[in-house]
Amino acid sequence: MVDIVTASQQLAEAFKGQDADYVEARLTEGETSHITYRGRQLESIGRSSAIGGNVRALVKGGWGFVCFNDLSELPDKVALAVKQAQFVGKEESQLAPAEPAVETVPSTIAEDPANVSLAEKKQLLDEYNDIICRYPKIQTSMINYSDSQRRTIFLNSAGSRIEQERRDVALRLAAVAASNSEVQQAGISLGGLNDFGAVRGLHSEAEQLAKRAVDLLSAPHVKGGEYTVVLDPILAGVFTHEAFGHLSEADFVYENEQFRQIMTLGKTFGEPHLNIVDTATLPGLRGSYKYDDEGVLATKTYLIREGKLVGRLHSRETAAKMKEAPTGNARAISYRFPPIVRMTNTYIEPGLASLDDIISEIKEGVYAKNWYGGVTSMEMFTFSAGEAYMIRDGKVAELLRPVVLTGNVFNTLKNIDAIGNDLDMNQGGGCGKGGQSPLPCSNGSPHIRIRNCLVGGR
Amino acid sequence: MEEILNRASKVAEEAEVFMVSSEETPVEFETNRLKHIQSKQSTNVALRIVKNGRIGYATTTRVDDIENLIANAVATAEFGTTAHFTLPSLTSYPNIEVFDPDVEKVTQERMAELGQGMIDALTKHTPELICEAAVTRIIAYVSIINSRGGQARYRQSAFTTAIEGQLIRDTDMLFVGEHWSSCHPLLEPGDIIRAVLQQLEWAREQASVPTRSLPVIFTPHGIASAFAGPIIAAFNGKTVLEGASPIAKKLGKGVFDKRLSLRDDPTIDYRPGSSPCDAEAVPSEATPLITEGTVSSFYYDLQTAALAKTRSTGNGHRSQGGQPSPLPSALVVTPGDATFDDMLHDIKEGLVVEQLMGATQGNILGGDFSGNVLLGYKVEGGQIVGRVKDTMVAGNVYELLKQVAAIGSDARWVGSFLNTPSIYCPSVSVASK
Repeated sequence: MVDIVTASQQLAEAFKGQDADYVEARLTEGETSHITYRGRQLESIGRSSAIGGNVRALVKGGWGFVCFNDLSELPDKVALAVKQAQFVGKEESQLAPAEPAVETVPSTIAEDPANVSLAEKKQLLDEYNDIICRYPKIQTSMINYSDSQRRTIFLNSAGSRIEQERRDVALRLAAVAASNSEVQQAGISLGGLNDFGAVRGLHSEAEQLAKRAVDLLSAPHVKGGEYTVVLDPILAGVFTHEAFGHLSEADFVYENEQFRQIMTLGKTFGEPHLNIVDTATLPGLRGSYKYDDEGVLATKTYLIREGKLVGRLHSRETAAKMKEAPTGNARAISYRFPPIVRMTNTYIEPGLASLDDIISEIKEGVYAKNWYGGVTSMEMFTFSAGEAYMIRDGKVAELLRPVVLTGNVFNTLKNIDAIGNDLDMNQGGGCGKGGQSPLPCSNGSPHIRIRNCLVGGR
Repeated sequence: MEEILNRASKVAEEAEVFMVSSEETPVEFETNRLKHIQSKQSTNVALRIVKNGRIGYATTTRVDDIENLIANAVATAEFGTTAHFTLPSLTSYPNIEVFDPDVEKVTQERMAELGQGMIDALTKHTPELICEAAVTRIIAYVSIINSRGGQARYRQSAFTTAIEGQLIRDTDMLFVGEHWSSCHPLLEPGDIIRAVLQQLEWAREQASVPTRSLPVIFTPHGIASAFAGPIIAAFNGKTVLEGASPIAKKLGKGVFDKRLSLRDDPTIDYRPGSSPCDAEAVPSEATPLITEGTVSSFYYDLQTAALAKTRSTGNGHRSQGGQPSPLPSALVVTPGDATFDDMLHDIKEGLVVEQLMGATQGNILGGDFSGNVLLGYKVEGGQIVGRVKDTMVAGNVYELLKQVAAIGSDARWVGSFLNTPSIYCPSVSVASK
């Protein structure tokens, strides 16, 4: 069978003489492994290997896209993508300039998950699982581990040929506690890029989450309503990603006049202490890479600087249409999808306040920690805390049942009135958009305080 | 496939080969116009073996790389979980129609016309509306063979239309939308258009609700976003076996309102959630989950059923290429006799929930949900008076469905996984700004 290097040569040939404004292809080969536990039982262990690719063509502003596992008859696939694009295209193609690159990007691997044997991975997970399962009142555990290695060759009709490799590691540990007909759970998600070490040494975390699940059984519900809320770095990172990050993805904005007006650069979104950044250039973070899936170099983009909107995330098409510079944020979850505008590593830059400063002035509030999930509909967002406490008279008080926080992003960012000095990045989970989920991303923040945040409860 | 099975059978006690190949053609619209046509071809082979009593599992997209596939399955079998099941031998399958050859015949041009037609109808009503739409046709071939002689093969067609419109005024955003699916081509978009126009009409004005307990009607979409997650988790045989389901010990007991009945039903002709067998080649059957308020059974795959000392209900499905595990095929709630208007007229002050955002982030296993009302309407004096914003709804599925005010007669499909009428709950906790 054809390998991806040979296929890339055939595709480069097939690009010649096509009646299209632009053609590109991505070819991928990779392996993934997963191990899952439910309770004492190892539930599933498996390995997958995949090879596949796609061709994307642009003609008069219309896109055609063909993806496949079978690497034969590649010229036909190029022709089909071009034909589809021709059918769609009725305008003018616009792509921001990107310097053609020919490069094999060396990967810097701290600890390669491919070099850790299945036996050793299982041993480590057994240790975590044992800690959770032997904790009193724990009914069951859920552990999901996966790693992947992926080699991708990108090429386009402008002469780019970029080869990149990555190793991704992700782990979720969850504990379920039960008494009578009450069931409560607690979990943590972690991950790393090119480093199996990211999931080592979590024994005390495993113990803590088992304890938390059990404590939740007797914890009260928060009374629904508006509170002053303090978010820990992990949850504030999710908040940044959900509430603001998605708004800064230019594909929501570029052809939507009303939305463009809302997102006019220079507009005030927060107090002058607020700075939000997205960058794929930080080593070791799951959202990092050298080139995006359109062959554009990764950049560091300030989205909010001193409270004002100063930038957004672009693909080549959205950058051209908005007459802004490309930022290298076009990403696809796999060869089965075309790249779309995505975040990479998104965070709030640290301020000066200590956690004590942030909490001590609050008479009654909620301290929300840890990621459970989050979604956004642009204007409104909701995200949930894996762990929450009441704050009473400036001190962290009783544990609460899991809380869901919701709000309107335009008001909420302005309501951030304190930013801590303790930036931390969250590598767990993944981002979903346009049917492409979970894409490796990271997000982070220092502790932040939000006034008048709506908390769901009973 | 036969070669994979033959070679795998030589190194393992049991083997099963599952292969799915599909062709998917989405025609996509952005900002009210055609933007993207895709053609997605995929092939995936999954090999499950039992070696020394343990399960090994591997998948590949390389149909010619049998050696690596078998080696990976053998490597994982060393650590795999103990197999308790027996693969099904040769059997007959119910005659369930899931393939319509007309789907293949729908041209890209026709799909593009369909999408544009939906968008034009909506923008004619509300010119500032910005729509995304997708019209997709899918043809899939599924084959399963195993070392006990079991074999199943079928092909399935699917056609889906989805449309989402957003209306922005200053920083106020309204999202409306619908998605429909069938094994037949959906060439008459009248119903989907009418459904979205109704949402636009109801959302024309803004209204606010107080922070307290209110009567709430959950529409079929609302039920999908609020109740479906906890119910799917609770009736999963695996959750039950672990004791993590709150209804694990309630089999045969009345837990829900007597008017509530729910079944998993993959036997309905021409539904994308239907099939003659599950992904382990176990024949499909309808499984009653709630019968007039009583927990009547749970759903199982082979392994979980064996551990629970019961039989598979034909719910061994594979999500994203993973091993079979219990998943519902298509959940069907039996409709009641209250019309939607009957339910509305009963409410002095309350809420209709059409779409909850983020409702299943909380303690799903415990039945809790809590979400932001992405699309919902205020009811005043029996009438919808406008759309609510900055509003959260929270509750517990078991408490709310213990006693409902009414079950609607307006059953419909939500995507391919749920068919339900509206459900009217007399008192639900609502918080708003």
